[in-house]
Order: sequence, then C-alpha cells, then structure tokens
Amino acid sequence: MSVKPDISVNVCGQNFKNPIIAASGAYGFGEDYTDLYPLSALGGISCKGTTLNPKDGNIPPRIAETPSGILNSVGLQNPGIDRFINYYLPRLKTQDTVVIANIAGASIDDYREVAEKLDSTDVDMIELNISCPNVKKGGATWGVTCEGAASVTKAVRNATKKPVIVKLTPNVTDITEIARAVEAEGADSVSVINTLLGMRIDIRTRRPILHNNVGGLSGPAIFPVAVRMVWQVSNAVKIPVIGMGGIATAEDAIEMMMAGASALQMGTAIFNDPYAPIKVCEGIEKFLIENKIEKLSDIVGTVKPW
Amino acid sequence: MSFFCNSYPVIEKKALAEDIYSYTILCPEVANNASIGQFVQIKAEGYMLRRPISICSVDKEKGTLRLVFEVRGKGTDKITELNKGDLMDVIAPLGKGFTTPAKKEGRVIVVGGGIGTPPMLDIAKQYGENCTAILGFRSFDRVILDKDYASTGAKTIVCTDDGSVGVKGMVTGPLTEELAKGDVACVYACGPTPMLKAVVEAAKAAGVDSEVSLEQRMGCGVGACVVCACTVVRGGKEYVLRVCKDGPVFKGEEVVL
Ligand SMILES: Cc1cc2nc3c(=O)[nH]c(=O)nc-3n(C[C@H](O)[C@H](O)[C@H](O)COP(=O)(O)OP(=O)(O)OC[C@H]3O[C@@H](n4cnc5c(N)ncnc54)[C@H](O)[C@@H]3O)c2cc1C
Ligand SMILES: Cc1cc2nc3c(=O)[nH]c(=O)nc-3n(C[C@H](O)[C@H](O)[C@H](O)COP(=O)(O)O)c2cc1C
Ligand code: FES
Repeated sequence: MSVKPDISVNVCGQNFKNPIIAASGAYGFGEDYTDLYPLSALGGISCKGTTLNPKDGNIPPRIAETPSGILNSVGLQNPGIDRFINYYLPRLKTQDTVVIANIAGASIDDYREVAEKLDSTDVDMIELNISCPNVKKGGATWGVTCEGAASVTKAVRNATKKPVIVKLTPNVTDITEIARAVEAEGADSVSVINTLLGMRIDIRTRRPILHNNVGGLSGPAIFPVAVRMVWQVSNAVKIPVIGMGGIATAEDAIEMMMAGASALQMGTAIFNDPYAPIKVCEGIEKFLIENKIEKLSDIVGTVKPW
Repeated sequence: MSFFCNSYPVIEKKALAEDIYSYTILCPEVANNASIGQFVQIKAEGYMLRRPISICSVDKEKGTLRLVFEVRGKGTDKITELNKGDLMDVIAPLGKGFTTPAKKEGRVIVVGGGIGTPPMLDIAKQYGENCTAILGFRSFDRVILDKDYASTGAKTIVCTDDGSVGVKGMVTGPLTEELAKGDVACVYACGPTPMLKAVVEAAKAAGVDSEVSLEQRMGCGVGACVVCACTVVRGGKEYVLRVCKDGPVFKGEEVVL
C-alpha cells in the first residue's frame, strides 16, 4: 500500500488540511450542510459576503440556469458584520476548519470599519470582495480600476494585521494590472475569479429571468476563463493565488493548481452535488498516488506552456 | 429534522395527465424524517440546478415518498426519463412544512391550484372527513389527485376554469361558502400567487388562520445561498427570509405575496 499523499496546502502562513475552501456565497456561514458532513471535511470556508450593516439584497428571481452554469444576483444579502462576529464566528471557530471572512462595502470607510472590527476577532483570514457584480454602488466599481482596487486594499491593510486576500473580478480588460496594483498595496494573496457578468431572457415574456436584469455567471461554464486568469495572475504577482471558477471535479482542481493556484474554492458545483468538495479531495489523493507525487503543493504552477 | 443526499430507487411511475407524473421512491431514512409540506431537490442529469418538488405523500411504514410534478421545461423533462428500478438522486426532506395540530379542533380546508394540489394530500389524510379539499384546474384534462383526496374521506370539490368538470370558476367561490359554514381551524393553500392572495384574503375576512406554500427559484435548496428570497412582515417589521429553509410554507397573515 502506498503512503497517503499530503494534500494540505499553505497560503500566507495559514495551513489548510486540504485545498478545498467553500466559495463565498455558496455555503452561507457553514450551518446548512452539516447534516451531510462536518465542516472539518473542508480545508476552509469563505463566508457569505458581509457588510457593515445588514443588507436585504435584490428582488427575486435571483438565479437563472445557463448551459453548464448559473447566473445569480443575490445582491449581498447578509446579516451585517456585528452579527457575523457575535453569532456566526464563535460557532465557526469550533469546527476545525479555516474561517475566512468575506467583506464588501459601498465606501472605503465601510471596508476600513469592517476590517477594524474583524482585526480584534479570531477570524483566520479576510477576503476583500471588490468585485461583486450585483450591487449598484460598491463591489465591482472598486475592482475594475487599479486606483479603486489599490485604495480599498490600502485602507484594509492599514486596518488589520490579518492575512488579506483580495478577490478579483474577471470583468476587466487586463486582470494582471489589478493584481499588481493590490499586491503593491500589501495584499497577502489574491483570489481569482469572481463571477462574469451575464444575462438571460425569457423569450415568451421578453423579461430578463433575473429581476436585477443582469447577474454573475458561475459554474463549469466559466472554468476555462478562470484557468486562464489564474495562470496570467500567478505569473504577474509573487503573492499566492487562490483559484476558483467552475471547479467540479478532481481533474478541474488539479488543472487549476497546475495553472498556478495554491488553494482552491468551490461554489456552484456544491449546489449540484453537496458532496463535491469531498469527492474532489478523494480524487486528488488518487491522482497523486497514481502519479507518485507525495505532496499536492508540488504541482502548483507546474503547467509547461508552449 | 435532518436531511439526506442520496440516490433512491423508483418503485412506481405513473402518468396522471399529459406531462404530469407521479413517482414513488423507496427512501426509509427520508420518509422517517419527512413532514407534510416539505420538499425535495431532484437532480436532473446534465443540469446544474436541482428541481424543487413538494412531497405529495409519505408512507413511513413502507418507507416511501410520493412526488407529483409537471414537465415545465428541460430539467423536469429529463427527470421523467427515470423509470421503475432507476435511481433518483435527491436532497430530502427540506424546508419547513405545514403546521397541522394533532388536536382536531374543528375542520380544515385545503386549497390546491393546478400543480399546487400535491403537497396537501397528507393533510387530508390526517383530518379525513374533517377536511374539505377544494381543487382548481384549467379544465377536465388537467385534473389530478381528485380521487386520492376523495379517498381520504375529505369532502372534495373540483373546480375548473372552463366548467368542463365540477364547479365552473375559481376556487374562491367554494372557499367562501365553506368558510361561511364556520368552525374552520385553518386554511392551507398551494398554487399560483394570485390564487394564494385570494385565499389569504378570504381566510382573513373570515377570521381564520391560513398557511401557504410558496415557489421561488432556488440554488442550494438548503439555506446556504440566499437566492430564494421572500418577504414576511412580523410585528410591523419586514424580514427577507429563505423559501427553502424558513419555508416553503409561511403564515398567510405574515407573507408578502
Ligand atoms: C418548494 C417548491 C415545491 C414545488 N413543488 C412542485 C410540485 O410538487 N410539483 C410540480 O410540478 N412543481 C413543483 N414546483 C415547481 C417546480 O420546481 C418547477 O416547475 C421546476 O423547477 C421547473 O423546472 P424545469 O426544468 O421544468 O423548467 P426550466 O425552465 O428548465 O427551469 C429553469 C430553472 O428555473 C427553475 N424554475 C422554473 N420554474 C420554477 C418554479 N415555478 N419554481 C421554482 N423554480 C422554478 C428551475 O428549478 C430551474 O432552476 C415546486 C417549486 C418549489 C420552489
Ligand atoms: C449564489 C452565489 C453567491 C455569491 N456570493 C458571493 C459573495 O457574497 N462574495 C463573493 O466574494 N463572491 C460571491 N460569489 C462568487 C463565488 O464565491 C465564486 O467566486 C464564483 O461563484 C465562481 O466559483 P464557482 O464557479 O465555483 O461557483 C457568489 C456566487 C454565487 C453562485
Ligand atoms: S436556495 Fe439556497 S438559500 Fe434557498
């Protein structure tokens, strides 16, 4: 029998027992799937995007199906940072998994204040969502210019000593410029990618399916775009890249790590198969054994471009 | 209250009307945990999103679940490729169902519109002749489950829009008459939103409690993604809740339809 390969990964000094982190927005605050398996089965969880004050989100319908994917326009519905800190975080911290707070704001001051509040908690990492396509003010507006992305990163960097991951939007001309800009302001890591802006129309009613008209595309449909962007960004910056966008199988996970991702997030695939993260970890172990690789992190960035 | 995600064998498949099917699956663990008004998320092979379908009836002794659904699009069509002996992949049982007090004070009325008729069959089973079932359909060829309701002992009234069978017109006519007879503990309803509104109004006017089962497009189905929003008003304050976990059944006087 072969030795069990090591599938743990390390990002910014934070150890993850396996590379799969539940993507923000797909897994709430970790309460909803525990009937099936404990949170400790995951490397980590990136919690639902949280803002300074509670938010009610957009008018439904907030989801539409697409070939191999979905569009969503939740609009950052969340209970606010105080509820996160006082209620969800203590519960999450007992579950033996890495807890990442995902934060969003409408102003630089919002981001700063939320980061300050988190700094004095025992949350493991902070992911800055500067790329939500579903809120009119804030979100994407920061992530689409180097200046915007840099200014939010700088404000949060000055507010906390926690590891800061900046989540980038793919809805830009050159994602590597944004990645460099946030690296220069002290981001410890970047996560790539948030959803791609999309739209579906019901041809009988001529109404967009989403009440918000447009929404973010996720799922296997965006996987090749995500692989390309992970590859480009990991070549452009020195900080570690967390890869996501359409990962559904162990093969996808391995491919994205070869493109340059040090850890991974999975979202949409979990809607289809709640056990997907566990199956992916099992498949990764199998691949490593078959290919006589002892340590998963040895495959990171090993793509051999033509 | 816990749920499972598993594949269970189809032990019966029946066509009830054109494009409307009844499936019975053998799933003792789910049947044991299921209550009236909960739903399941069925995987449609090749589609990202599972399809939410109400539990029509539970047989805890046999360990079976009955699901009745209409083919509305590609996903439900795909699911109907499953035949007896095939495995159906479901997450179940999900959500918060109807509150049906065991103590039968007075009568209850269930109102079902079209494909909204299935989820209340077990209410009729529980209350028998103390239940009145008012079932509305477009026309005679869309009528489903009328015999199932009648066989529970419930007084069953069928209405059709075109009068091709039963009472001509909307369910609200017979509902108002039944409410007027008094002694009604609760009205339970599932169907199109305009019908739900009318039912809630009629119940309110008669001073009777009501519970309605809502539909909304879903992602996870378990409460994690907050895509299935609906608004309720409690104590003068609005709350945005999840149809999948806080519902699908809500109190008529609280929900904003
Ligand atoms: C809690 C709940 C219980 C339900 N119970 C039943 C039932 O017992 N019997 C029955 O026939 N139908 C029921 N429905 C409606 C059923 O879920 C939809 O008709 C079905 O999802 C349509 O899928 P499709 O593949 O036919 O259509 P498509 O148009 O291919 O669906 C595209 C997407 O939209 C979603 N969608 C479309 N219409 C609806 C809708 N009305 N409600 C929710 N999602 C929708 C689909 O789930 C899918 O994600 C229920 C819905 C909910 C929310
Ligand atoms: C329903 C839904 C809600 C989401 N909410 C957030 C959010 O609050 N914050 C965030 O940074 N990303 C959010 N995302 C984006 C995901 O975290 C992820 O970047 C994207 O879905 C791509 O990964 P996937 O294809 O594995 O889902 C959301 C995605 C979905 C589908
Ligand atoms: S469908 Fe995900 S929260 Fe209801």
